[in-house]
Amino acid sequence: MSQSSPSERQVATDRVNVDTWLHMYERMVKIRLFDEQVDELYKTGKMPGLAHLYLGEEAIAVGVCQALHTADYITSTHRGHGHCLAKGASVDGMFAELLGKAAGYCHGKGGSMHIADPDTGNLGANAIVGAGSGIATGAGLSIKMRKSDQVAVAFFGEGAMGQGLVYESLNMASMWKLPVVYVCENNQYTEYTRYQEVMSGELRNRPAAFGVPVDEIDGQDIRQVYAAAQRMVARARRGDGPSFLICKTYRYSGHHVGDINRAYYRPKEEEAYWKAERDPLKLMQSWLLSDYGVTDSILDQIFQRVTAEIRHGVEYAIQAPYPSPQEVSEDVYA
Amino acid sequence: MSTLDARVPTADTPMREISMSQAIHDALAEEMRRDPTVFIIGEDVAEAGTPFKVLLGLVDEFGKQRVIDAPISEPGFTSMGVGAAMTGMRPVVDIMFGDFLALVMDGIANQAAKVHYMSGGKLKAPIVFRTTLGATRRAAAQHSQSLQAWPSHIPGLKVVLPSTPYDAKGLLKTAIRDDSPVVFLEDKMSWQMKGLVPVDEYLVPFGVADIKRAGNDITLVATSCMVQVARAAAEKLQAWSISAEVIDPRTTVPLDRDTLIASVKKTGRAIVLDPGYQQYGVTAEIASVIAEGAFYYLDAPVKRMGALDVPVPFSPVLEDLTVPTPDKVVAVARELCGMR
Repeated sequence: MSQSSPSERQVATDRVNVDTWLHMYERMVKIRLFDEQVDELYKTGKMPGLAHLYLGEEAIAVGVCQALHTADYITSTHRGHGHCLAKGASVDGMFAELLGKAAGYCHGKGGSMHIADPDTGNLGANAIVGAGSGIATGAGLSIKMRKSDQVAVAFFGEGAMGQGLVYESLNMASMWKLPVVYVCENNQYTEYTRYQEVMSGELRNRPAAFGVPVDEIDGQDIRQVYAAAQRMVARARRGDGPSFLICKTYRYSGHHVGDINRAYYRPKEEEAYWKAERDPLKLMQSWLLSDYGVTDSILDQIFQRVTAEIRHGVEYAIQAPYPSPQEVSEDVYA
Repeated sequence: MSTLDARVPTADTPMREISMSQAIHDALAEEMRRDPTVFIIGEDVAEAGTPFKVLLGLVDEFGKQRVIDAPISEPGFTSMGVGAAMTGMRPVVDIMFGDFLALVMDGIANQAAKVHYMSGGKLKAPIVFRTTLGATRRAAAQHSQSLQAWPSHIPGLKVVLPSTPYDAKGLLKTAIRDDSPVVFLEDKMSWQMKGLVPVDEYLVPFGVADIKRAGNDITLVATSCMVQVARAAAEKLQAWSISAEVIDPRTTVPLDRDTLIASVKKTGRAIVLDPGYQQYGVTAEIASVIAEGAFYYLDAPVKRMGALDVPVPFSPVLEDLTVPTPDKVVAVARELCGMR
């Protein structure tokens, strides 16, 4: 599988009906409003700790997860809210987790960086960069040994390409034809450092060295993400082995919510350009309106619906009780 | 605790003599026959049966799909084991030397140990990390360490240190059936040790110390290969009419505090022996458990004897100085009993 041509992408997405696109659009709006609200919770001192926002990268999680079944697995990252929501997590349970409440996905014990939801195949966000690649590859091995038709997806950023574990995982996944799709979200900043300053050679050549097919796409265009994900997931499900998807994207916010003054590592003009010209929601809106007969009123209804859902989730989480003290020692051992 | 746990061999129990290595092998074979989700992954585990030949023959019965030769990628196959454990399998990850724990600690300590708690009890990682400990094999500083203190320090992990073929087999079967991650450390120098094990299936429960030798004057708490050292010392101490009790905790996590404390309340003296480094080690934890639990019964300070706090040297003359020996234990025991 080499880089897909524009015509291949067109064919793959032409068959998608408008309802599916609108469903995906709604998920993207949900992630956008969710993380904007997280930023607000941080700034108003309502959320303990920090969070890493997925703003600007929404098309990737939604496009990839749309190609998955509920029983398929994902592993996520410290910047994981988008992956969890895209795989089907509820806004209420996520906000409750972020506020450390008992009703949260992890009973308040995981927080922003560790949301896990086995019911939707989410094996957990992970605060160790690249660690999810090993777990997803192990899930792939498990799928193969159990003769299941599931697929495992590892989401990680380009920063994880500095971790040896990723290459060890790619080697074994390729050798054993494991049903794993590696999704590298290249948001161009490895924490506070531009990625080219810490990466030699071409990113795409690295998985290729293990015989893993690579595709490099525009992560702001959900049509490209969805088409590539469908091909890679189908290949994995057929038993033909892993693939590697590089999505070029942009992190609108800082490394985390507290990374406010960041002009020392990237110009404000660059951020403004991506938000104005390369926003995944705006891009999608534009072709939904022009090519699919969607109206402004439909988009507005979605926005209103998600806004209400987010508002309800925040209120629910704020009202929810904290864990009881005895829970501190529960679930250390299974 | 299942009924199998409760089976303690009696005079009528049919027994056979096997090596520690055979005991490990048999435990794996029995569990793999019983449960199709159990599999082995590691370096040279299939046809080679590991460099130590402990797994020899397993690939013939279970095939290369369940006895999986991995590349020399310890962090990779350890983390993959965790992912497989989280999704319905029960991996036994073979980490050839305990020293390589340094390579795989993220998978063990940050992933496996935490996933159950961190997910609010929704996920679990039933996985066994089999590895080794023990010096005096002339293998030098990077192949001779006994690092059981590391996993013992991490909540969420259980840590097993078998000292006999009987314990090794029963504890490994328990480890494979446990729903939490278990680090299982085998002494390289004990694989050839022979011992009686029941012919029929049995389990040894975690968190139950075993009194290897009863005594009244001093308690020798010993783990893994130090059990042999303690037993030899106990025999020698008879010459001075000192009756030593030897207790093997068998698991450092969970730790059977009650049995240790009860013994020291009886004897009033204790030496804690462990093959790991002494500083901040297993001996320190157990000594403090005894000091806190039996303080008013102590006739002497609790003494610790671990490996000398130096990187393990190669030269036999030097290496032998780093490990506790029966004679060193005898000297400390006599001192604690007021003999010079």
